[in-house]
Amino acid sequence: MTNSIHDMGGMHGFGPVVAEPNEPPFHEAWEGRVLAMTRGTGYTGLWTLDGFRASMEGLPPVTYLSSSYYERWFRGLERLVVAHGLVGEDEIAAGRSLRPGVRLNRKLTLDDVKAARAPTFERPAPASARFKPGDQVRTRIINPVTHTRLPRYARGKLGTVEAVRGCHVFPDSAAIGAGDNPQWLYTVVFTARELWGEEADPTVTSSIEAFEPYLMPL
Amino acid sequence: MAEDHAHSHNHAHGSELSEMQLRVRALETILTEKGYVDPAALDQIVENFETRTGPHIGARVIARAWLDPEFKRRLLADATEAVNALADFDPIANHMIAVENTPQVHNLVVCTLCSCFPWSVLGLPPVWYKSAPYRSRAVIDPRGVLAEFGVSLPPQTQIRIWDSTAEDRFIVVPMRPAGTDGWSEDELARLVTRDSMVGTGLAKSPGDVAR
Repeated sequence: MTNSIHDMGGMHGFGPVVAEPNEPPFHEAWEGRVLAMTRGTGYTGLWTLDGFRASMEGLPPVTYLSSSYYERWFRGLERLVVAHGLVGEDEIAAGRSLRPGVRLNRKLTLDDVKAARAPTFERPAPASARFKPGDQVRTRIINPVTHTRLPRYARGKLGTVEAVRGCHVFPDSAAIGAGDNPQWLYTVVFTARELWGEEADPTVTSSIEAFEPYLMPL
Repeated sequence: MAEDHAHSHNHAHGSELSEMQLRVRALETILTEKGYVDPAALDQIVENFETRTGPHIGARVIARAWLDPEFKRRLLADATEAVNALADFDPIANHMIAVENTPQVHNLVVCTLCSCFPWSVLGLPPVWYKSAPYRSRAVIDPRGVLAEFGVSLPPQTQIRIWDSTAEDRFIVVPMRPAGTDGWSEDELARLVTRDSMVGTGLAKSPGDVAR
């Protein structure tokens, strides 16, 4: 879902930012297990990173806000393993396996983890980039009901292309199982006044990483 | 979907953590019994995040950049290549971008949509980075957010916010503190905090650390 609670830029009312001194990587052991299970099951290739993000974004807003970070991961993961037929709702309810697993194409091994291979989201470009640094662009006004990485606060805004970042997997496609659909990625800069109005701080500029389908030439 | 009828009681009482422990353990048992995950691989993932990655990596990168102008040039041109060339750490993913603070410009990194963070050089993001207050306000009230971190910039300093909306990952190169001439890379690295590489802090001053 796109116009949901995860898209928080510019909202009011959440209060001050509170930092915890000497914060550990995980506050509870289960948080690390959730992260690791998410990595492990994601390796099967049954869904994409953006599919996982979309699963969390699809949580009811009240659930999203009242869950801790790794609770959201857990809920998102539970939704995915059920939706992709890896685990039955009856097994979730029972808290144990009730039948053998389905066959996987890939399973993450200890050697895979030790090899620490770094993933890349860059892909060969099917066409040349439409924009170059310095180009003025306007972001599109879109409201897809599926996943997107164009935040609401930056839709329909006038900006400047600052950098071309290569051709990357397009999250809006990858999230819904529609393949990589590689698109050019740009850093696009906006003034705070363009984003927030004339009262905004004139010393502030803000950028997003914008895929080419999000942008229109002027 | 396996959803909220099963979860809705979670927040009604005070045993949320033990509830989560039980549910997470149950899911791991199911995934393991069905042959989908190898617990040893999961153990190694957790161990990596607890012991291998962390802001000590970024601090080393920044200290090197402060000392070595050629390394800094390469870092700002292609941070992935520059960090991997150090060869001291696990290889980092593509798309790392280093942005430099100067007396004129202060950079601030956020992920308004979730929690995108340069894990490979800074470790896991802290809770505040993933929290609604930071994600909502960093883009609309950066000076207010900085004030809550104790950072007060001159009013004429330009603030540049980087919203991590794709797989590009940003690390801020903070300004080198005055009074550190002749310091070694190890000594300088101790001045580089995680927050200074996100933009919510500045590098420590020499007086803040025992040399």
